[in-house]
Amino acid sequence: MSDADDAPLARAHPRWHLRVRGLTKSFGAKVVLDKLDLDVERGKVNVIIGASGAGKSVLIKHFMCLLRPDRGAIWVDGTDVFALATQPLSVFRRKFGLVFQFSALFDSLTVEENCAFPLREHTKKSKAEIKDIVRDRLAALGLDGMQAMYPGSLSGGQRKRVGLARALVLEPEILIFDEPTTGLDPLATRNVDDMILGVMERYKVTSVVISHDMASVFRIADRIAMLHERQILVAGTVDEIRGSDIPYLYEFIRTSGVAAAGAAP
Amino acid sequence: MNPGPPPRRSFGAEVATGVGDAFRPVVRLLDRFGDHVILLARSLAWLPRRPFRPANYLEACEYIGVGSLPIVLLVGFFTGAVMGLQAVYAFRQFQLESFAGGTTGKALAVELAPVLSALMVAGRSGAGIATELGTMRITEQIDALESMAVSPLQFLVLPRLIAGMLMAPILSLLFFIVAMVGCYFLAVVVQHVDHGQFVLHTRDLLTTTDVAQGMLKSIVFGLIVTLIGCYQGFNASGGGRGVGLGTTRAVVFSSVTILISDYFLSDILLRVMSSDTGVR
Ligand SMILES: Nc1ncnc2c1ncn2[C@@H]1O[C@H](COP(=O)(O)OP(=O)(O)OP(=O)(O)O)[C@@H](O)[C@H]1O
Ligand SMILES: [Mg+2]
Repeated sequence: MSDADDAPLARAHPRWHLRVRGLTKSFGAKVVLDKLDLDVERGKVNVIIGASGAGKSVLIKHFMCLLRPDRGAIWVDGTDVFALATQPLSVFRRKFGLVFQFSALFDSLTVEENCAFPLREHTKKSKAEIKDIVRDRLAALGLDGMQAMYPGSLSGGQRKRVGLARALVLEPEILIFDEPTTGLDPLATRNVDDMILGVMERYKVTSVVISHDMASVFRIADRIAMLHERQILVAGTVDEIRGSDIPYLYEFIRTSGVAAAGAAP
Repeated sequence: MNPGPPPRRSFGAEVATGVGDAFRPVVRLLDRFGDHVILLARSLAWLPRRPFRPANYLEACEYIGVGSLPIVLLVGFFTGAVMGLQAVYAFRQFQLESFAGGTTGKALAVELAPVLSALMVAGRSGAGIATELGTMRITEQIDALESMAVSPLQFLVLPRLIAGMLMAPILSLLFFIVAMVGCYFLAVVVQHVDHGQFVLHTRDLLTTTDVAQGMLKSIVFGLIVTLIGCYQGFNASGGGRGVGLGTTRAVVFSSVTILISDYFLSDILLRVMSSDTGVR
């Protein structure tokens, strides 16, 4: 599927940051992922598209071992994720920032405490330092002044942004967004897109974005992979995807109302 | 559309299925039991590891201990009173009503205080734990903890288990004390049993071993309630309805488990701590 297949997996690859090989996962009798391969490019926005229920959220939960597969492996910079013991796994997970589909903020903590949580757990910074960092991050996302509010009283878009702020405080190497724009109005969607691009510019991270929203996808993506029928149907640069004539992919893009430039009949 | 006739199967296969069906509940029960033991072991394995997060333990103790305190005290007083009332009426036939305190006290210390207070804790805190963790599970807050490299077993489950084992015996002791006050009130103040006789016989019959037995049981009950609550919460699925089901199950399973394990615990403790009762 990519030119990286023959490179040894156990060594960090200059181009591919995270590499999925033969990932198979089922829940009971239902096979969600079947021998899936995927390469995530370093320092780029890698978008995963696919129908609702295709298994996108399940896939990204494997990246940091929130789920364990039935078979298969994931390599991050030469580390075999599923071979890690408890302690190294805990250290390894700090490389990641995950923005959950439904934010998953701790509803017993305020916005500020939510964002401070990873810092309190994993750094020896003082209370004042943590407060400053959190204010800085929140301000960058237009949330300054909301520190004392509880997640229950925020709107969906605000929760997403708090989730992002929380994922960013530890300065992760790999940032994962699970449907950051689903359910947002067009302007808020544009805001979130700009925010993702801003983060890319500022922190030089590798990011993986799950999205249904093709307009937004074409705005932010460097690479696109499509998850379909338990596997990656196709993966490539934005131009390759736009120019693709694979029927399902073409249909997916066409019905979204965004012209698939190259393949337009 | 009519379903066709069921496919013919051999007699042996039918019998095998029948036997399998009969044993399925047993197998499932053992399976569940194993799951609980695994959850317990995996949580305890985090006990010696840093960070220790005393705040989480304090919060869990407060939730279980302070939260269940009013109801435990209320039920304790009336349980003691009604036991005292029944004992006074029963013993009065033989002019032995001054024994009401001692006999009631023994029953309270060994059985009623630990069991009833544990049932109160199951109804209040066990249910609360199942709901809280269940909600955290279905809203992915538990995944979020894990994604931030914090073990949910260490952060959420372990403090609750430890708090359960610490607070249940304390609540049971308080239940016992309040119940004895209720018993004294009923017997001496309401039914005019002689104060001196009441105290004397209570001292004679009631031993520290009885109270210790009750508290040992409480430790186990506290663990049962919190472990089942955590298990149901941790394995919740299927939205709000699923959380509700888990909560119901937590209360039912822990109540039943408390009552059944009470029998076996009593048997063991009577053998080990054999007091003056002569039961061997
Ligand atoms: N914990 C689980 N237990 C059982 N089945 C699950 C579990 N998690 C996911 N699934 C199933 O896996 C499939 C893929 O789910 P997933 O959440 O990954 O979809 P998705 O691609 O993220 O969809 P959406 O775009 O709607 O978020 C679904 O059919 C779902 O029912
Ligand atoms: Mg999803």
